[in-house]
Amino acid sequence: MKKNWPLWEIFVRSKNGLEHRHFGSLHAADAEMALENARDVYTRRNEGVSIWVVESKNITASNPADNGEMFEPAQDKVYRHPTFYDLPDEVKHM
Amino acid sequence: MDKNLYNYILTIADNSLILAQRLGELCGHGPSLETDIALTNISLDLLGQTRSYYQYAAKISGEGKSEDDIAFLRIEREYKNCLLVEQPNTHFGYTIGRQFLFDVYHLMLMEKLQNSPDETLAAIAKKGIKEVSYHKRFSSDWVKRLGDGTEESNTKMQEAIDDLWRYTDELFFMTDAENAMVKEGIGIDVSSFKVKYYKEVSEVLKEAALTVPENKYFAKGGKEGVHTEHMGYILADLQYMQRTYPNMSW
Repeated sequence: MKKNWPLWEIFVRSKNGLEHRHFGSLHAADAEMALENARDVYTRRNEGVSIWVVESKNITASNPADNGEMFEPAQDKVYRHPTFYDLPDEVKHM
Repeated sequence: MDKNLYNYILTIADNSLILAQRLGELCGHGPSLETDIALTNISLDLLGQTRSYYQYAAKISGEGKSEDDIAFLRIEREYKNCLLVEQPNTHFGYTIGRQFLFDVYHLMLMEKLQNSPDETLAAIAKKGIKEVSYHKRFSSDWVKRLGDGTEESNTKMQEAIDDLWRYTDELFFMTDAENAMVKEGIGIDVSSFKVKYYKEVSEVLKEAALTVPENKYFAKGGKEGVHTEHMGYILADLQYMQRTYPNMSW
């Protein structure tokens, strides 16, 4: 039976105003069961106020083999960080 | 001590205790990680309710009893749970069937009990309603999944419903303590929602492509302390630590 249950990715928003965060994955027969399972597995200690579930197969992931061309070019481009400005003292919370 | 109120509290609380114990047996043995956690969550909800009831019963008993004394140190005939909740986890269909047949009743009872003039009972019921609503959602979803699933799951779900049906009538049997509390305006006349119960249960069963049993024979006795052969084994498990190490505590 378990073999037939697809995998679902679970996203939980822990507080109003925050964004949904990936919590983990679990097996369920359909979206409704995935929601109930997620409620029991991930929010039983009062971790959440909202749950999103998405079937794992619907997620398109980057290929680790492509990490060189995908991410390495960004490593030596520190000038893309906004760290070259002198902030006036009056500007707070930056 | 108000003996009727004391017994009335136990009539409600013992159902939760024994069902929680039954579900607790599945901890680590559920059919999948997800259902395992779901069932033990329900078990813990029920245990939480049980504690509130027993604390109240211990308080009014006036015998210096604690909630643990009430939970662990009674003999079989003193437990007032209905026969339905003590039935074993024969297979997942039985676990779900037992849960569903109890949840529908349990929610109807809580909805009435929250308006009881007894403030403690009303408060416990009010808090329990959200939990029990979820239990019912979980168990009726599963009844539908299994009933309307494969040929094998349908057969097993039907088998469980057929076997457990004989214990449903007892839910609406009124004990002396219940009658006395109804007379005082505190207790709930459970027979008043019997028709509504069978209507709701039948609707879910039909939606689940299951046949509603037409029993002529119903078993009862649990609410008066006369239990099925399973009860002794449950108590042996439940009471083992307290009987072996009297007065032990965590």
